[in-house]
Amino acid sequence: MAALSTVVVLAAALVWTSFSAATQASTPSQVRASADPERSYELTGKVVNGSVESGAEDLRFAVRDRDGTAAVPVVYSGVIPDPFREGREVIVEGRMRGGTFVAERDSLVTKCPSKFSKDNQASASR
Amino acid sequence: MAAVGSACLLVGLLAALYAVGSALYGARTGRRQWVVSSRRAMYALAGLTVGATAIIQAAYYRSDFSFALVAENSSTTTPLFYKLTALWSSQAGSLLLWVLLLSLFSSAVLFSTRRRHREIAPYATAVLAGLAAVFASLMLVYASPFEVLVNPPVEGSGLNPLLRHPAMMIHPTMLYSGYVGFSVPFAFAVGALITRRTGADWIRSTRRYTLIAWTFLGFGIMLGALWSYSELGWGGYWAWDPVENASLMPWLTGTAFLHSIMVQERRGMLKVWNASLIVATFVLALLGTFLVRSGILESIHAFGASTIGTPFLIFIGVVLAGSVALILSRLGDLRTEARLDSLLSREAFFLLNNLVLVGICFVIFWGTFFPLISEAVTGTRASVGPPWFNRYSTPLVLVLVLLSGVGPVIAWRRVTASSLRRAFLVPVAATAVTLVALLLFTSAAESTASLIMFCLVAFVISVVGQEFARGAAGRRTMTGEGRVAALFGLVARNRRRYGGYIVHVGIALLIVGVAGSSAFPEQRDVRLAPGQSMELEGYRLTYREATARILDDRSGTGAPITLGAIIDVEKDGERFQLSPSRNYFGSNAASAERPVAGFFEGEATSEVDLRWGLSHDLWSAVRPDLGVLDEAVRDADRRFAGAEFREAQGLVVAALAERYRRQAPPAQFRTLVSPLVAWIWIGGGVMLLGALTALWPTPDGRQRRVRSLYAARVGRELSRA
Repeated sequence: MAALSTVVVLAAALVWTSFSAATQASTPSQVRASADPERSYELTGKVVNGSVESGAEDLRFAVRDRDGTAAVPVVYSGVIPDPFREGREVIVEGRMRGGTFVAERDSLVTKCPSKFSKDNQASASR
Repeated sequence: MAAVGSACLLVGLLAALYAVGSALYGARTGRRQWVVSSRRAMYALAGLTVGATAIIQAAYYRSDFSFALVAENSSTTTPLFYKLTALWSSQAGSLLLWVLLLSLFSSAVLFSTRRRHREIAPYATAVLAGLAAVFASLMLVYASPFEVLVNPPVEGSGLNPLLRHPAMMIHPTMLYSGYVGFSVPFAFAVGALITRRTGADWIRSTRRYTLIAWTFLGFGIMLGALWSYSELGWGGYWAWDPVENASLMPWLTGTAFLHSIMVQERRGMLKVWNASLIVATFVLALLGTFLVRSGILESIHAFGASTIGTPFLIFIGVVLAGSVALILSRLGDLRTEARLDSLLSREAFFLLNNLVLVGICFVIFWGTFFPLISEAVTGTRASVGPPWFNRYSTPLVLVLVLLSGVGPVIAWRRVTASSLRRAFLVPVAATAVTLVALLLFTSAAESTASLIMFCLVAFVISVVGQEFARGAAGRRTMTGEGRVAALFGLVARNRRRYGGYIVHVGIALLIVGVAGSSAFPEQRDVRLAPGQSMELEGYRLTYREATARILDDRSGTGAPITLGAIIDVEKDGERFQLSPSRNYFGSNAASAERPVAGFFEGEATSEVDLRWGLSHDLWSAVRPDLGVLDEAVRDADRRFAGAEFREAQGLVVAALAERYRRQAPPAQFRTLVSPLVAWIWIGGGVMLLGALTALWPTPDGRQRRVRSLYAARVGRELSRA
């Protein structure tokens, strides 16, 4: 009985914390419209052409909606994934600070380019 | 040839369907010849799939771009090694690999059980052939590897540079062998349930296959971690990425299954649990295959939406629902033959170990699928990150390591105080000594979780060491052999048991690596100009000079341009060099107006350089700044626009690379000192050794199997009497 109630309590904690600790996935237009600076967001979209600037300490670029033009500037530091490039689809985690999306260190994920995934028959192993 | 390949698949599908029908008919009517015929149909399927694979591989070898698949992920400039491994980078190719492995595994198990299990085997044949039929039809309908291009291109796209790593040959095939291998115990479990022969027979016949699948899957996961550590340029080996998680889940439930079947073999308990576990493992393995391909979760593996998503999901649903219904309808036959005598017994600890393993699996499942769960519940997609996974998995893994030390030495049924003392006195003392030593001589106390982990690891290793020492000493007194001979003789006579112990040691060592590297990593990202230095953990690293190579990538990926750095490292008088680099693969879109720029714009991958060490690794990656070449590239493009001379193009690119080497601008470096990482790979090696020890057939194994079966039955009957 004790074991069972432990399991139930643990599972409840798991479920509860997953909802409170989760990071919401948002598009650039969503974070621009309603961004709570206290919350962190997972920004998804495409890197705007001509927006990438690499500085000494950080990387600056803009992310736009997958099918649209609404864009948000991003400041990022840390590892730049190998496939990162203009026009690629990216996911980056961070918070909105005065109109700029300040990304968490090393949180940038770049999806694989379409050149190698014709008709979406994409490669999948790493 | 493509037509022959398609024909192989179509005839293979028919053979699989025939095998399902004839196996079921033979089982229902008791006509053995139909069952024999279904088995032979499976062999035929294996032959046809081998033929189909040979045809497509030959096309890769010849760079025959009339095969759409070859044009999509190979090229004439792709090195041979990657031509022959490009097959499973595509959806169609990996489905073919699935069917190939499934038909080979199935043929092997059906051949080895052809004189046993007259009741179970026909149903198992039907299940295995049914699985093969589903995969073959998915291939034929949605993603044929033999699609033909009417106008073949002159050159193919080439294999994705990220996949150009020596592990490409083994990592995907090992993972798939693991996923596919679990279909064998699953099929026999279904056969046992249908025929209501729910004893331990099906477990004994498929135990070896379960262990093989488990070993393949574990080895595949390990290689993936090594790959990510040495290729992806971020220095991590595990990121809680959905596809990584998907491969770990069936491994965890498979581990639980390997332990809990021992309880069923010995005591006739946990039958429902075991049947459910193997169903869960197989469904998770299918889910793993699916997740890689589906793109429903954001992962670095899932590169795009797949065409087989919906039918595959329906297939998984059917397998799950059918299995659950079958187990529920057989609950009466799955009644336990014995009761748990005491909570201090090996069966109780195995049960606990199972709960923890399944618990970890549940945590990972919840976290992995949380984006879908949250979308269903709250309407917005949200995800949980690595900290959330770590928070729950760390304590559970601590408990698991403790159990892996207690389990092997605690007695079946119930323990006595004196046996406890005999088993745990030395290990507990060794743990205490380790704790004191860690507190006095190291900084391990900075992380409580790591400190506990190191102590538990000491406990596990001393338990296993004691078992080996006692067993060998006992054998010496009996046979009078030398120490070493007695040790080897002991392991050789009890391969499964001591192989298992070796696996426990491997896990313990692996955990040392994980605990050390995750709790105490040191990292620096800096921008250095040639001649500048940085310091990290007592290392002094100086960026001596830039390197540039044309068509001479040392790692064999076939990259045309490789730019890198030579770093002089010095620590306590010791000197050595690191030379990380970055490969530039160029884009295919080198147009007539911009003949040069394309070479610098395409894909690029980091080639990490690292120095291994037992105490820590020094790891380094570089990201050259190509900005200095921008103007020269534009200039070259202007001059050579429209020109049709490829040699000149090559010369210009070589000159530009040389210019980068001479006038190297500051480059971005990432340097890591990761403590104890090497132990992850050492632990993985030890686990593999242990698994192979347990798998290696004993010459007199057959005879002893019969004897132990008999002994177990007598034992059960005596205990009932």
